[in-house]
Amino acid sequence: MNAKKRQLTVAVTGLNAIDSPGPGVAVIRGIRDCADWDVRIIGLSYESLEPGIYMEGVCDKVYQIPYPAAGTEAIFNRIEYIHEKESIDVLIPNFDAELYNFIKLSPKLEEIGIHTFLPTTAQFEARDKINLFEFGKKHGFYVPKQVVIYSVSELPKVAEELGYPLVVKGKFYDAIIAQTLEQAQKAFHKLSAKWGTPIIVQEFINGTEINVAALGDGKGGTISAVPMRKMYITDKGKAWAGITLEDDRFLEMARKFCKATKWRGGYELEIMLSIDGKPYIMEVNPRFPAWIYLTVGAGQNQPAALVKMAMGHDVKPYDKYAIGKLFIRYSWDLITDIEDFQKISAFGEY
Amino acid sequence: MKLNKNLAVSETGFIFNPTSGDSFTANEIGTEIINLMKESKSIADIKTALLDKYDVEGNQLEKDVDDFMVLLRDNNLIQYER
Amino acid sequence: MEKLKYERPFIKKLNAGLMNKFGTRTEYTPHTHIDGVAVKELVAKYGSPVFVISEKQIRRNYQNAVRAFKTRYPKVQFAWSYKTNYINAVCNVFHQEGSWAEVVSGFEYQKAKGNGVPGNKIIFNGPDKTVADLELAINDGAMIHIDHFDELYELQELLTRLNKKARVAIRVNMDTGIYPMWDRFGFNYESGQAWNAITKIMASDNLELTGLHCHIGTFMLSTAAYGVAAAKLSDLAMNIKSRFGKIIQYLDLGGGFPSANTLKGSYLPGADIVPSIDEFAEVITSTLLNYGYKQDELPLLILETGRALIDDAGYLLGSVLATKRLSDGRRATIMDFGVNILFTAFWYDHKISPAQEFTHHTEDMVLYGPLCMNIDVVRESISLPLLNKGDQVVVHKVGAYNMTQWMQFIQMRPNVVMIDVNGNPHLIRNKETIDTLHDMEVLPDYLKKFEL
Repeated sequence: MNAKKRQLTVAVTGLNAIDSPGPGVAVIRGIRDCADWDVRIIGLSYESLEPGIYMEGVCDKVYQIPYPAAGTEAIFNRIEYIHEKESIDVLIPNFDAELYNFIKLSPKLEEIGIHTFLPTTAQFEARDKINLFEFGKKHGFYVPKQVVIYSVSELPKVAEELGYPLVVKGKFYDAIIAQTLEQAQKAFHKLSAKWGTPIIVQEFINGTEINVAALGDGKGGTISAVPMRKMYITDKGKAWAGITLEDDRFLEMARKFCKATKWRGGYELEIMLSIDGKPYIMEVNPRFPAWIYLTVGAGQNQPAALVKMAMGHDVKPYDKYAIGKLFIRYSWDLITDIEDFQKISAFGEY
Repeated sequence: MKLNKNLAVSETGFIFNPTSGDSFTANEIGTEIINLMKESKSIADIKTALLDKYDVEGNQLEKDVDDFMVLLRDNNLIQYER
Repeated sequence: MEKLKYERPFIKKLNAGLMNKFGTRTEYTPHTHIDGVAVKELVAKYGSPVFVISEKQIRRNYQNAVRAFKTRYPKVQFAWSYKTNYINAVCNVFHQEGSWAEVVSGFEYQKAKGNGVPGNKIIFNGPDKTVADLELAINDGAMIHIDHFDELYELQELLTRLNKKARVAIRVNMDTGIYPMWDRFGFNYESGQAWNAITKIMASDNLELTGLHCHIGTFMLSTAAYGVAAAKLSDLAMNIKSRFGKIIQYLDLGGGFPSANTLKGSYLPGADIVPSIDEFAEVITSTLLNYGYKQDELPLLILETGRALIDDAGYLLGSVLATKRLSDGRRATIMDFGVNILFTAFWYDHKISPAQEFTHHTEDMVLYGPLCMNIDVVRESISLPLLNKGDQVVVHKVGAYNMTQWMQFIQMRPNVVMIDVNGNPHLIRNKETIDTLHDMEVLPDYLKKFEL
């Protein structure tokens, strides 16, 4: 058979392959590795120094898009403009902060012929850290006990319930471990000044951190799940190197998660395996992790599988992956010219 | 008042200052003023030339060009001679 | 030779980290017409600044809200919240559409009455009702919503003295899971205060408990809280029936639905996070329908929606007085309107569009009002085209609270114009003049003369 390969145009965000990287470049590598198509990659960037804009063999063309805060109308207008030029088949957003908008926009995008493969708003919100405890209780996962509070005066009662040490978490980011009430109060003030209320107070779980990158088919099935343990982390807590593991407990958790939520798309489970051997879900990231290319390397190309499902194809679940595959992240100084930077900064296209 | 002479000005309104490494974008009139300054035209001459060319009141242009000079200075593109 | 179109010279540093503007053109797309009438024309005829209200948009909002509730629940009544905008022309558009009146003071009550709303279709809310106000309301047969025990006792004494009866409801405050909890108005549900008030009313011969009222907050982004509120009011209604055999005629869920404005500090624009009227309607009506009322005992559902019905029908047109550069290099644009007439600038990042065409170049700037007061800031940071003195802008979604909370401070209040459904502008409130001020003042004789 020498039929021409299918032409496919995929737009991807998250090109910030820096020290705390977005997953975009890894997702693109996965899609390019798949031999089923002839792919054209449209990079969507927010800032003009995202390395993925300039890297060889990553994007065929890059467009700047407005930040999520500009709202769905502005984002849709920009995507529509890009679509007119590029005829996008599939769009893969890779940042937490932009997902809310893209989930909302997905019916409108579908209407103009752009496919996405995203969870619903309800699924997206159920795994939000404010709701995670309720979610865990409902579906029978181990989740750290947590209480959402609005006032520092609620702390003593909550602390008594959870015991020390406890974790004080901001609404969006940051977590501080407190050993005493004074420390907890200090943490409350610090985090509420930065992120506002509510503040989440959480039971401290000690143990080993495991991450699972997984892909749900939207009907309760799990297409792929690959567990990884970080071998070394940067001072920002990001994985520097990691290794695939063999442990059915974690695969079982991913399958249970997909079944319970009918999750549609990629996600990452952050699991803490407690000292007494209980796997707690600490957080659920509603998109592929930055280390997603390890799943490709281990034999489960999650980004390519997602593109196929977005295009409406049936994808068979992967059943095995290579154990003991490592990823080691490295940095690389790319050389380019000022004109390139000027072009993307001023025209928003490169 | 002295314009940094080695500024690289492109036709599309990009300005690159090789001394500082900063890049800028300017609108059409802004680019035009910078090019005239590169040719060592005086500010008074530049104002006259623009007044001839564009549909604008003298006071308005006076104020806007003066403000533009402040912008250039704030961005270290010109120096005032002491 | 014809001269070229002028634009002020402009240069901007390319910054890798700053928010890029690609695709955000909606912010500065010119808004040249309102309901087909040119902004330029409106300003020429009515001056600048000027408030413009779209009658068409009010009716569209109202009909949409009525549809959202009536298609889900058999008995629904809206009551126009006077405090949101009590210009008579605005109130009467709502009354023409079938809305009752909801007032929170004696003068608002008289306004509603003056507009021709029958007493039994006026809901009288709020903590401040004078004896004279109450007497008027009793005589008109208005719905009096009691806010506190002092009012309850005062009303009882008054009715005994007048030898009359009154239709009353109590305002109930409650924990609906949102923060802050509005517990300063009405009687608390959880502590049993509300039930205590109900018991006292039921024991009184001249008070007839016809309804229950709550108003859980303002600019509510959570629909779930309304479900909790509807459930708690229903719980009280059911208890009243089982204990006293009395069927509550209506539940008034109050107001609080948000408009699509963007609250200060909000990461996403209002339009993207604000639930639709349909979503609120779904939660409220499904709670009521599933609560177990007998079909013929379903209470009338009253809504006092204000902001969500009027905000996007109001525009403020204004002009640039001057532009200048601040000491830190930022551009400042001084407008002829400020927080004196745009009170909501304290809460919202109002969307502001230029009213004429510009090139694609934009500048980040501070928008100041005309007051000689430091607090007079309309937008701390906004990206707009290169505006010059005399250029006009349109401020969007200003219909709620501005034309009631505006101040006569340093500047007088401007004209208010309504564009009717056929696109004809009508002046509905005259701009104030020096006489407006002087008419109120009394200068003692001995202060009339001085020498300088």
